[in-house]
Amino acid sequence: MTFFKAAKMKKTLFVGAAVMAAAASGLAYAAGGGGTGNYKMEHVHWHFKGAMGTYDKAAAQRGYQVYREVCASCHALEHLSFRHLGDKGAPFYNPDFPNPNDNIIVKNFAADWQIEDIDSDTGDIIERPGVPADDFPDIYPNAAAAAGSNGGAIPPDLSVIVAARGGGADYLYNLLMAYDTPKPDYVELTPGLHYNPVFEGHKIAMANPLSDDLVEYADGTPATTKQMALDVTEFLAWSADPKLEQRKGAGLMTMVYLSLLALMLWLSYKRVWRDVEH
Amino acid sequence: MSETLQKDKDTIDEGKRDFIYIATGAVAAAGAASLAWPLVAQMGKAADTLAAGSVEINVGNMIEGQQVKVLWRGVPVFVRYRTKAEIAEAENTDIANCPDPQTDAERLRPDNNGNLRPEFLVMVGVCTHFGCIPVGEAGDFDGWYCPCHGSHYDTSGRIRKGPAPKNMTVPEYKYISDTVIKVG
Amino acid sequence: MSGHPSTYEPKYAATKWIDQRLPIIRMGADFMTFPSPRNLNYWYTFGGILMMCLISQIITGIILAMHYVPHVDLAFDSVQRIRRDVPFGWLLQPMHAVGASMFFLAVYVHMFRGLYYGSYKAPREILWIVGCLIYLIMMATGFLGYTLPWGQMSFWGATVITGFFGAVPVVGESLQQWLLGGYSVDNATLNRFFALHYLLPFVIAGLVGIHVWAVHHVGQNNPIGISTKTKSDTLSFHPYYTVKDGFAMVIFFLIFAFFVFYQPDALGHADNYIQADPLKTPPHIVPEWYFLPFYAILRAVPDKLMGILLMLGAIVVLFVLPWLDTSKVRSNRFRPVARKFFWIFVFFCFILGWCGAETPDDMVFSVGSKMVDGAEVPVGLNFTWLSRIATAYYFAYFLIILPVLGMVEKPLERPESITKAVLGDSAHAAPAE
Repeated sequence: MTFFKAAKMKKTLFVGAAVMAAAASGLAYAAGGGGTGNYKMEHVHWHFKGAMGTYDKAAAQRGYQVYREVCASCHALEHLSFRHLGDKGAPFYNPDFPNPNDNIIVKNFAADWQIEDIDSDTGDIIERPGVPADDFPDIYPNAAAAAGSNGGAIPPDLSVIVAARGGGADYLYNLLMAYDTPKPDYVELTPGLHYNPVFEGHKIAMANPLSDDLVEYADGTPATTKQMALDVTEFLAWSADPKLEQRKGAGLMTMVYLSLLALMLWLSYKRVWRDVEH
Repeated sequence: MSETLQKDKDTIDEGKRDFIYIATGAVAAAGAASLAWPLVAQMGKAADTLAAGSVEINVGNMIEGQQVKVLWRGVPVFVRYRTKAEIAEAENTDIANCPDPQTDAERLRPDNNGNLRPEFLVMVGVCTHFGCIPVGEAGDFDGWYCPCHGSHYDTSGRIRKGPAPKNMTVPEYKYISDTVIKVG
Repeated sequence: MSGHPSTYEPKYAATKWIDQRLPIIRMGADFMTFPSPRNLNYWYTFGGILMMCLISQIITGIILAMHYVPHVDLAFDSVQRIRRDVPFGWLLQPMHAVGASMFFLAVYVHMFRGLYYGSYKAPREILWIVGCLIYLIMMATGFLGYTLPWGQMSFWGATVITGFFGAVPVVGESLQQWLLGGYSVDNATLNRFFALHYLLPFVIAGLVGIHVWAVHHVGQNNPIGISTKTKSDTLSFHPYYTVKDGFAMVIFFLIFAFFVFYQPDALGHADNYIQADPLKTPPHIVPEWYFLPFYAILRAVPDKLMGILLMLGAIVVLFVLPWLDTSKVRSNRFRPVARKFFWIFVFFCFILGWCGAETPDDMVFSVGSKMVDGAEVPVGLNFTWLSRIATAYYFAYFLIILPVLGMVEKPLERPESITKAVLGDSAHAAPAE
């Protein structure tokens, strides 16, 4: 008789680990976003989800246009530089320009922004066109100015916004889509606030930023509100996690490698222990 | 080693056993080696460091005999508006006697019209000995003198005397207009 | 450092020369041939897994420290820079953050294993206590490290936890402000937390050295809890347990890698992607998952000081466990009643974790509702009461069940030796040796 029921214990081990992992991810999920009220949350099948998911570059490129023409009047991208747009895995990556600083599109985008600088001859503060190495500029000089210009609500930085909200990309997309929901009578809005059932507390300072044909897409895609919401979310999802494609690529190799190593160790283990009762 | 292994040796196919052990060890070692690479590579230049690589210098307002110092990649770049006498001295040196032979023309870059402009000497102002910053208009050759260990550079920034092994480095630069030099 | 006669014979003149001066090769060789019980199961592989976790955390931590800036204005940016611009930062930063969770996952399995098989009983009391110390310092290190990214959860977590010290009678406020280096969590706090977060892992490493020394001195416990007596009870550590530990480690790495590459944020909290803002508290503050059970114990008590003392007590009770469990039998395999109480204990630990993640006033379930002051109030069990029930069991397990059970329970019949347990009564016929 044996007191050690190997198979049973192994199974328990794996189940235990799986339960703890599931519990942990469940907790992270449960901690997500605001209430939904009378708006039905739409679950989008994002191109970047899943083990092999990548960003939809065309959508992210359009999303950049939406950010530039709509969001950028109030929201900064604090952690992005223009060159990031041309990195590998980024919306404007071009294999002809392995160095994103040489990427023509990125150079043009950078030059489209005015960057504050100091004239090296006079010491005066000047504005010059951006270069790829520059960071995206701040929209407001300081937090007080940001609050003052927006009725006390500081427009959040958008560079990590998708990671910074529990619901992630779905949250952001639904937030942009939920403005048309009719306001229930019991919700009282003070001036400067807008009803949005997706937002925490349902009262948001940002007015509905999107409307049909607000931008004119270069690739001819009809600029519906839904399309713009999807596109800008795709772009901001990239911005929050720009190395996702590298990570998943390395992840696949790592998982394959570890599985192989596990198999070989299992065979070695069987061999080492083959004549040993335990 | 235990006696069990001793017994194994007598009974099982040695070659087969060695193969699986060696293969497992090799696969594990390969994995460890590829994990080591990121741990080493992370100390390399980050993307923002690589990007912040160029600086523009306006030489339009400089006068003869003036030198400006601009910080580029954390080191000073000297731009000297050389006098006629300094240019003549630089061009007439017999470079055969120099430790690091280089003509003055080899140390200049052409402007947009393809002409050399010998009045503007552009170089990284770092002594090639141990990285101190040489003092201008000094030394035995009217160029630069490094106070750390006594290296003498001439009016072309060439090493002439002292422990430094090389001429002062000429960075990658170009004239983006008649008056603006872009370094890097 | 090993408690068995050395069998190492230096083969070469050079190794002999070294051996006479510093027997370091001998130490390594004796480590590899250490006689380990032949019946160790996979639950016993977590010691090795934990060693790998510690090494991984120290290496990735030193690397992150090369790029991280411990300043309130720059800390958040520097972490973003690591993820975006530093070569392989996108890999190393999640490895460290996920690594902390994996470390705790492994340490909890290791502790529950020790609890189940009675690994804290004589002569392993010091081994167990050193392990508890390691766990305590791990908790401190994990907390300090979570402050460094300077997100909203970092800041408010630090504010809440340092508030514990403010509950100390009389000197509490002074103590808290001394710890913070100011009136509130600020740059001075971040700097010292960084310094301590860098220091403590090396303290852990030192204690791990003592822990390993202790286990080599008294020998490993095993699933039947019967001490090794003869040579046939044991196997050489290498190759038997190196290969077994190695296999388990790689399986563990597969789970680790899954999180690093595919779910790097699943174990963290979205609010920590918002830079710390002393003017705004996030709506739901929760600690990292590995602190949730203790957080639930804290919140189960309405009094601040009592809550903190109870939470501390939940850890202190582990230190004195060797003297609380009165049973002469180590392994729960031969204690059918204790085994049931053990699994209930595990169950309530998970319940405490669940309670820690939820809002205390929310209902677990309701059986109806009643009117209180004109408002409808659900009737049922809320999380505060659930956590009180679970907390009560947690302490009852250590303070009542284990002491009493040891005296009244009739254990099952135990085999004479590991050899007998493994090979049955035919042990004399065909031992593996």
